[in-house]
Parts: sequence; C-alpha cells; structure tokens
Amino acid sequence: MNAAIEAEGLVKTYPGGVRALDGVGFRVAAGTIFGLLGPNGAGKSTTVKILTTLSRADAGTARVAGLDVGREPVAVRRAIGVVGQKNAVDGEATGRENLLLQGRLYGLRGRALSARVDDLLERFRLADAADRFAKGYSGGMQRRLDVALGLVARPQVLFLDEPTTGLDPEVRVAMWEEISTLAREEGLTILLTTHYLEEADQLASQLAIVDRGRIVAEGSPEQLKAELRGDRITIELDGDGVASVHEALARVGGVREVALDGRLLHARADQGARAVPAVLAALESEGVSVAAVTVARASLDDVYLRHTGRTFESADAGHAAPDGDGAAASAGEAGAAGETTASGSR
Amino acid sequence: MPIVLQHSWFMASRWLRALLRQPAWIVVTLVQPVIWLLLFGALFKSIVNLPGFGADNYADFLTPGIVVMTALFSAGWSGMGILQDYERGILDRFLVTPSSRIALLAGPLVQQAIVTIVQSLIIIGLGLAVAGASFPGGVPGALVVIVAAILLGMAIGALSNALALVVRKEETVIATVTSLTLPLSFLSGTFMALNLAPSWIADVAKFNPLQWAVVAGREALTSPDPDWGVVLSRLGLLALLLIACFAVATRAFRAYQRAA
Repeated sequence: MNAAIEAEGLVKTYPGGVRALDGVGFRVAAGTIFGLLGPNGAGKSTTVKILTTLSRADAGTARVAGLDVGREPVAVRRAIGVVGQKNAVDGEATGRENLLLQGRLYGLRGRALSARVDDLLERFRLADAADRFAKGYSGGMQRRLDVALGLVARPQVLFLDEPTTGLDPEVRVAMWEEISTLAREEGLTILLTTHYLEEADQLASQLAIVDRGRIVAEGSPEQLKAELRGDRITIELDGDGVASVHEALARVGGVREVALDGRLLHARADQGARAVPAVLAALESEGVSVAAVTVARASLDDVYLRHTGRTFESADAGHAAPDGDGAAASAGEAGAAGETTASGSR
Repeated sequence: MPIVLQHSWFMASRWLRALLRQPAWIVVTLVQPVIWLLLFGALFKSIVNLPGFGADNYADFLTPGIVVMTALFSAGWSGMGILQDYERGILDRFLVTPSSRIALLAGPLVQQAIVTIVQSLIIIGLGLAVAGASFPGGVPGALVVIVAAILLGMAIGALSNALALVVRKEETVIATVTSLTLPLSFLSGTFMALNLAPSWIADVAKFNPLQWAVVAGREALTSPDPDWGVVLSRLGLLALLLIACFAVATRAFRAYQRAA
C-alpha cells in the first residue's frame, strides 16, 4: 500500500539544547488512522510541526502525500489539513466566515466554496450556529469547527494534534465517532497525536509510542498488546516499596517483568488471578503490607510501561522533570519516577 | 489579481469586519484626538501670538499634526492583533495553509490604512466645523495629510507587528507602545512651532518620522502656496521608512517561523 506519510531519522533540537526529537521515523499507509502516542513533552507535537511545514527538522527526511516537507512545503500545505492543539477559531467571526476565509486561502471561490462550507457546517452539526460568532460556541462546537477548518480543502492527509485534549468525556467520545466516520467515508489518511491511551486504542489502526524524542514501539494496538503475554498484576503497597520486593517476587513462579513505581508494584503473570496468592505470600514474607491488588488484561498502559519502564501517568505527570538521555530505562529501574496521581489519562 | 494582493485583502477584510462589529472602538480611538484638538487647542489658542510662531490660527496649525499623531497612536497597537492570533493558534493555522506569508503581515496594515482614512476625515472635519480651522490647501492638502498619516501608520504598524512576533508578550508590546508614542509626539512640531522650541528638540525632530508627516501635512494643508519640494521629500522619507519597517517585520516573521 502507498505510504501517505514517511518520516525517517527526524532530529530536532531547540535553542537551549532541548532535544525534542532524537531520530523519529515511521510510515503511515494511505487511508489509515495512525496514532502517535506519548506523554506530554515526548515529541509528538514537534513531529507534527515538522510534517506540516511549521517547523524544519535539523536532520532526517519526511514525505507527506509523496512530497518532501523540506523542499516542497507549499505543495505539502495544499495536500494537508491540520487541526492544532488549540481551538484556533476566530471568535470575532462566525463559524461560516471562519470556513469561508479558510477556503479562500486554498483558492476556493464562489459556489464551490459556499457549497463546501455548507456541507461541512451540516456534517459537523454547526448549521444552526453557522451565523453566530464562534466565541459563543461551546468547547465541543469550537473543536468541531476547528476540524471542519482542517477539511475545507479536501486534504489527502489530516493531522489532528491532540484532538480531544480539554474536552469533557462525553464530548470526547462524540469526537472519536466523528473522526472514525471521517476516515471511513472520505478515505482520508489521519495522523493523530494523543496522550490518551484509550483514544489511541479506539481510533488508530497503527500506532507508534513516542518517548523522549524516540519511537519505542510500533504496531497495531492488538500487536502491541499481544507482545505482552498474560495479565497485569498491580499491587498498591501500604508504604513506599523497597528494592527487596524484586527478589521476593522473582522467587514466585510464572511472575515476570516486575517494576516498582512509587507505591505501585507492577508485574505480569500468565494466569494473573492464580499468581496472586503466591505473590501476596512472598510480599508478606518480606514484611511488605499490601493495600490493594488488581489483575487486568493487557492494555496499552502495559505496552507503554514495558517499553519505557514508566507508567503512562507517571511519565505524563513527571514530564517537567528534565531528562536528557533519550534512552528508556529498562523495566524495574524506574521506581523513582515518582507519583502516579494526576493526569486523568484514562 | 496576484495571490499576495488577494490574500492581503482577505486578511484585511477579516480585521475590518471585526472592527466594524465594535463601532465603539472607533469612538474610543477618537476620544484622544478630540481632546487634543478641542481642549488642548482651546487652552493654547493664544500661543499663535508668540512672536515668530508663524501661524494665525492654532486650530489650522494643530489639525494636521493631530491627524498624523492619531495614526501613529492607533498603529502602535497593530501588533496586539497578531499577538492574539498567535496566542489562539490562528497564526499557525494560517501558516499551514497555502496562504501568502506576506499577506499575513500586510493584511493588518491595509486595515490600518483604511482606519486611518476614516479617522483622518473625521478629525479634519472636526477641525473645520468645531475648532474653527480653515485650510487654504483644500482637498489636495487634505489628501497629502491622509497619505502622510497612512504611510506613517503602516510603518509603525509594521514595527508593532515585528515587535509582537519577537517578544510574543502583550505586556511588552503595551509598555513599548505607551512609552514611545507620547515622547515621539513631544519631540516633534505637532503642538509647537519648532523655531520657538529648544534647539535640541528641533534637532531630534529632524529624525522623527512623526515630524516628517507633520511637516508634509501642515505645509500642504495650511500654506496658501505650498512648497511641494518640502511636501514630497517628507512623503518620500515616509515611504522609505515604510519599506524598511516592512522588511523588519518580514524578518521578524521569518524568525518566528524558524523558531517553531
């Protein structure tokens, strides 16, 4: 199948030495939804900026719709639609005026333009509000208008940078439906960035996990999950964990990939529920008391944990802490990564 | 029509439309010039009696200066619009379309020019009708004042946009604009005949673009027999200034895009 997006070895260092991208590469087949998943600050938005010609890579190449983003930026802009993180609608203009101006910038005029705008207003359930000022729209309506703006010129490739960040849960689910319908009906290629695991799982047929400027895993959500055998056991300890729990659990048969993350102890087992009694006994023998135990089937959380050594929430919450080396710590060494509160990622 | 002109017009009409929807804004921007023209003008009415002032009626003297000063003041705020677009992500949304880059900078300046025309006509009208001015220069004189105000306003607007793109902070733009515009006005012959001012002010004023606009406008509007050499040389300087300021704004815009 044709690749709608091909990125190879993208490197970007911002002034001050912050290396946002450290060799990102991936391939997106035409007509599919591709998810770039990672915590805040992982490099997703920088990747999108480079692919949409807003920013230039220091090294590496990228082609979008067959066009080189560095050499043919104008042609790339004609082929893409971009929906950024912010609701980039002009509040002082009506929804219709926003769309009309956007269309004119792509060279649409006259009846072709007004018909396209009417279509989009209809499809994004904005027809009734079309002639009201966008500043009066709800967050969900502004977001829909924003997506409509990205579609005015019938792009081949649509970039959605965190399309549901800041939306209420119900609005988010409605947005997901909107996006799947789009991809299905228009044959669009969509590149979507998200730091919601659930969103990537729901929407993307292929995804890449980005961490600290690198891609640490790539595949379909199912493939990635299938790499993980068995169930995930999560144990909430009464106090902060101690290193000896590793040894204690190592002695329990069938339990592997033990990782300590603050008060949370993660492990995998082929038969999670069966392993629990032995695990608890082992912890008790070390004098570690347990507050709660959960057993769950593999999810993208686990994929993330396995490839980066951190839970998704701790990476998302702790992204402010500088960490220069792009290499992901191996599982089990990331216990100090910190809190597991916050972020509401799921 | 070339793309750059089309797109500049699209952008300008976007700004104009927003402005027309808040007609109060036009009134607000006219409060200051009306105060200068009607209150300050009345208070200092007798200043023309100073020996060597060189004008018979202060309103005649003051009106062209207030027109160009108003253009300067309102153009200073031009950068705030670009800054709002930047903060809302609208600027980046336009940058990923095939929009002409120059149009994104020129649009607000075209709007600035149109606003200046409206403001200038109102102030000249007030000078005539309320302040009791009379303008021997007639319509050609008024045209010169408006052209001078437009050139000055667009140049300052371009600088304001450049500043906004570089600092990207509203506070900095506000502080810079407020701390520069009034001193520029007092370092010119807007309110006072410079031959009666301290010589250092007269010297500084030679390099003050506001003064170029005041000289051109006052000569064309209030002199019965304008010295067109003076008028055209000052307009020429303003045109060069506009080109230079637009070049600065273009560089600032490139720097903004490179920093992304």
